[in-house]
Parts: sequence; C-alpha cells; structure tokens
Amino acid sequence: MQHVSPIREPLVTGGKTYHDITEDVCRQVEAKPNARWAAALAVALVGLAIFIYSVYRTLFYGIGEWGLNKTVGWAWDITNFVWWVGIGHAGTLISAILLLFRQKWRTSINRAAEAMTIFAVICAAMFPVLHMGRPWLAYWVLPLPNTFGSLWVNFNSPLLWDVFAISTYFSVSLVFWYIGLIPDFATIRDRATGPIARRAYAVLSMNWTGSAKAWSRYETVSLILAGVATPLVLSVHTIVSMDFATSVIPGWHTTIFPPYFVAGAIFSGFAMVLTLMIITRKTFKLEDYITLEHVESMNKVIILTGSIVGVAYTTEFFIAWYSQVEYEQYAFINRATGPYWWAYWSMMTCNVITPQLFWFRKIRRSLTATFIISIFVNIGMWFERFVIIVTSLHRDYLPSSWAMFYPSWVDVGVYVGTIGLFFTLFLLFAKFFPVVNMAEVKAILKSSSGVVHTPHNTMHGTDKNLNTNTHHNE
Amino acid sequence: MNKKFVLGIYDDEDVLLTAIENMRAAGTKIYEVFSPYPVHGIDDVLGIKRSRLPIVAFLGGLTGMSFALWMQIWMLGFDWPMIIGGKPHIALPSFIPVTFELTVLFAAFSMVITFFIVTNIRPSLRVNVFDKRSTDDKFVMAIEVKEGVTDMSALNNLLRSTGAIEVNEKEVVK
Repeated sequence: MQHVSPIREPLVTGGKTYHDITEDVCRQVEAKPNARWAAALAVALVGLAIFIYSVYRTLFYGIGEWGLNKTVGWAWDITNFVWWVGIGHAGTLISAILLLFRQKWRTSINRAAEAMTIFAVICAAMFPVLHMGRPWLAYWVLPLPNTFGSLWVNFNSPLLWDVFAISTYFSVSLVFWYIGLIPDFATIRDRATGPIARRAYAVLSMNWTGSAKAWSRYETVSLILAGVATPLVLSVHTIVSMDFATSVIPGWHTTIFPPYFVAGAIFSGFAMVLTLMIITRKTFKLEDYITLEHVESMNKVIILTGSIVGVAYTTEFFIAWYSQVEYEQYAFINRATGPYWWAYWSMMTCNVITPQLFWFRKIRRSLTATFIISIFVNIGMWFERFVIIVTSLHRDYLPSSWAMFYPSWVDVGVYVGTIGLFFTLFLLFAKFFPVVNMAEVKAILKSSSGVVHTPHNTMHGTDKNLNTNTHHNE
Repeated sequence: MNKKFVLGIYDDEDVLLTAIENMRAAGTKIYEVFSPYPVHGIDDVLGIKRSRLPIVAFLGGLTGMSFALWMQIWMLGFDWPMIIGGKPHIALPSFIPVTFELTVLFAAFSMVITFFIVTNIRPSLRVNVFDKRSTDDKFVMAIEVKEGVTDMSALNNLLRSTGAIEVNEKEVVK
C-alpha cells in the first residue's frame, strides 16, 4: 500500500514511529527549560523592558518623543507596522493556502509559523495604536454608539478598513491556530505527570478525545477555515497597501500596491519563518521533522516572491516615467539618488539581488546561507517600507516644506522593543506549546517518512507478535 | 449508570480500517473509534455522514455580510449622512472591505462555535479518553457491552481476529 517515492524526498526522516513523534515534540514541553532557552529569554526580556520604557515615554510625553515632523508625519511607526503585518502573513499562508493546495510539507512548520503570525500581528498592532497618541481612546475606531450624537466612524477611510482587517485577521488566525493545538494539547495532557501540567493541559485541550466523529468535523473546520483565511490574508495586506494607494502623495498612489505588498509580505514572512525554524530545529533537535526539504521548499517561495517584488520595483519606475507625471518621476529619481539613496539601495540589494542566490541548489540547501539570506530579506523588507513611506513623504508637492526625518532613540526603542516582545512571546510558546503539529505529522508519516510500512495480514492475525511494529528501513 | 465497553487496540491505520469493515460486516455495532490523528477513509467505513458545518459557515457568512452592509448603509447613509471625499452617502465600493472582513469573521466564528457545541468540546478538567495511548500512537475501537446480550469471549475473539493487539474492558461512569 505504501511505497517510497523515487522522486520525492521524505518529509520525516530518521525512521520515526508515531510514538517517536510524540516523544520528540513533547520532550521540550515536559523537560526543564535548557540554558540556551533561558539565555535567549533573558535577552528577549531586555528587549521587552526597552519596549515598555519607550512606550512609557511615548505615552507620558506624547508623540513628540518620536522623530516625526510636520512633513514626515508617519515614519518608523507605519514602517514597523507594515513590516510586522507582512511577517505575519507567512504563517497563515503556510497553514491556509498550502492546506488548500494539499502541500504536505506544511505540516511540520505550520504550528510555529502560525504562532509567529499571531505574535507578529500583536507587534504590528502596537504601532497604529501608539501613533494615536492617546491609546486609551482606541475604542473610538470602532463603530460604537457614542455621546457625540449619532456620529459614526468613517467607513470610506482605508485606516478604518485596517481596523476591521487586522482585528478579523488576528482573531481568525488565533482560532485557526488554537483549533490545531487542541489534539496536541490532549496528547500532552494524557502524558502529563504533574498535577498543574495535567490540569492546565486538560483545560487547554477542551476535553478532546480524538474520536472519529470529532476528527471528521475537525478536518471540515480546518478546511473551511483555510478557505476563508486565504482570501483574508490577501485582503489584509491589500488593505494595508490602500492606506497609501488611496492618497495623493507621489510614489504612493500606485495601483500596483495591493499585489506588490502581498508578494512582499509573503517574501518577508517566509524569511522570518526560516530564521526562526533554523534556530528552533537546532535548539529543539527537530532536524528529522524540519528537514532540508522543508528549507528548500521555503527558499523556492522566497525566490518566487522576491522576483515578484523585484518586478514590482521596476514596474513602479517604468510607470513613473511612462505616466509623464513630473512629481511621480521626481519621487522615484529622488528615491534612488536623493538623500535616502542608501535606504533605496539597501532595499534593492537585500530584496532583489540576494534572494536570487537561491537559484543555486547548493545555496538553497545550505542552512548557513539560508539563515544569512533570510536575515537580509528581513532587513530589505524593512527598508522597502521605509523607502516607500519616508522618501515619498519627505519631498512631495511643496518644496518649501521639504524636510528630512531623523529617528529619535524612542523610535528605535519602540522598534527594538517590539522585537523583544515578539521573541519573548515566541520563546514562551516554544517552551509550553508543542512546536510541531504532532497529529498532522503523524497523519503524513505513513506516506512520507522514507520507511516502507508493510501492511499486515490482518484477517488471521490472532498472534500478538504478528502485529508488532513492522517498520523496515529502506 | 455505568456503561461497560470493550476496547480493541490497534497499532496500524490500515489494519484498523479493515478491522472496522470486518467488525461491521460481523454485525457488531461500533460505539466509537479513537485515533491520534485523522485517519483518512474512516468516515466511509464507519458510516459517518458528511458534516454540515460548511452550511453553518455559509449562513454565518451571509449574516455577517448582511449585517456589515446594513450597518454601513444605515450609519453613513441615514443616521448621520455625511459626504466624505466627494463620495455619495452610500458609497458601496468603499464599503466592500469592511463587508468582506465581517463576512469572514462571522463565517469563521459561527462555524467554530458550532463545532465546539456539536462535538461537545469545552475547557474542562474532565478527561473522557478511554485509553490514553489513543492520543499517542494507538487506535482504539470501543464497543458497548450490553448486559446479558453481548457474548464477551466471542467479541474478544472477533477483535483479535481483526488484528487487535490488545483487548481491554473499561467501565465508564456516566
């Protein structure tokens, strides 16, 4: 019934059995935290402390603590917002779009990628909320009955669309992630020895028993959620791009923005998944589950989306020239040769040139190279958002108001701080939650583990020994 | 009232599938099958009907869409009409993003909540697992024992003959 494919590499290596998967994944949750994890958490907590202090400065003294001026009224905050939202997209992409496409390689990485989505969206949401200046009034963006007569929010504004898009995205992703976690929590619950762990995972696993009927419904729910989450992912970044595209600023009002931003989001998201996965597989010894095959598949997505982003940059330039609009033309020449030329060329180097190295199979399958390039892509995508926002704003129609933007240390602090927040959340997740989706990996084990499973002769097998494990190595 | 079950433990999904077929062919009513992961093809052999959750999701989405459109049209078109950016009061194209998001939100949440209710899963300290190994690496077939009706040794032999590696008994307090 099963066979080893001559053309496809196995997704789970090391001749694992179902029980091995449980052991390997649960080990991290059950064991005492190791020193490397504790050290990483300490560093992340320092970042979190920086975040809290910078936010305190921002709220106590006001947005004037940031380097914004009258010309550049949005800079690092929106840059970081778009960057984080973009990073978040790979998680839902892996869990939703690849599920619809029946890509089995998603199973080992979807859990961590979705966690990354949730945490990245939390980080992203910090920026628009802080940029309000008075976050305690953030509920004003919701269409709630209020004391100003029947004054409602403005449904014509892309900024309000963002409110709906991000909050829907966050809650649907959270539910999708949690549903995936329920069976694995049940596994941990049934293995737990300590009373606290047993109770905690019993509550988290929602009394899951793994009955055939529950699994049947569970799969329906996953599929439908993937079906609705797929257009949702694409819509979120499309709407984020409309914050810019519906304006009149040269360099912003471009119809290419929605698909270009979505491609950029997937690009940066996969880079972040790679960065995290390469560290996670090493620290938690998950090399048999997150294999080179997985890394290579993700690198292929990076080549594709990186090339789309490259084409988008060129198209923008071409359209600026072709439109004959002098403001548009100036905006793009200014990006490449103006005072922010270094940001533009950092973006071009990191996003367009470096990922093309993945055309070489050797680089695509090298963990060190992948790790370095994934960091480059993350930096490049941050610069892309910075270039779009700051270079367009700092010189628009009125030369008398041209200005430069210089970040204050609070700007840097909030940004670095969200990275600390992100890693604090991710490290806590990696310790207390199963990092790999055990149930889904078990489901693909028979068809893609590189082990030939011999079906038993079942009808007359009354002898116990006949039915013990019959795994034969290749 | 206590319920008594006989549990057949299997360690391979293909063995399990043929076992279910054989058990049903022998006229045994299977109470429930537990597995560590979704076994493909089990719905057919167990006779589980296709879930109607997609219909719930569709209706939820429809509700969300109607609600969003009504909300925006009423708020900006009737309750506080205001011209913004030269757009008409009821500017349908710019209402689409919010409508789409609420459609997805309602569809997802109505389906998930229904899933929790019909599958009877909720945060709970109670554990209803028949055999703890069924969340690890074993497949468990549970058959309800009716006092005075079920022939225990025949059932035991039948389970063994379909490839069960173990046959256990379990009493569940209802």
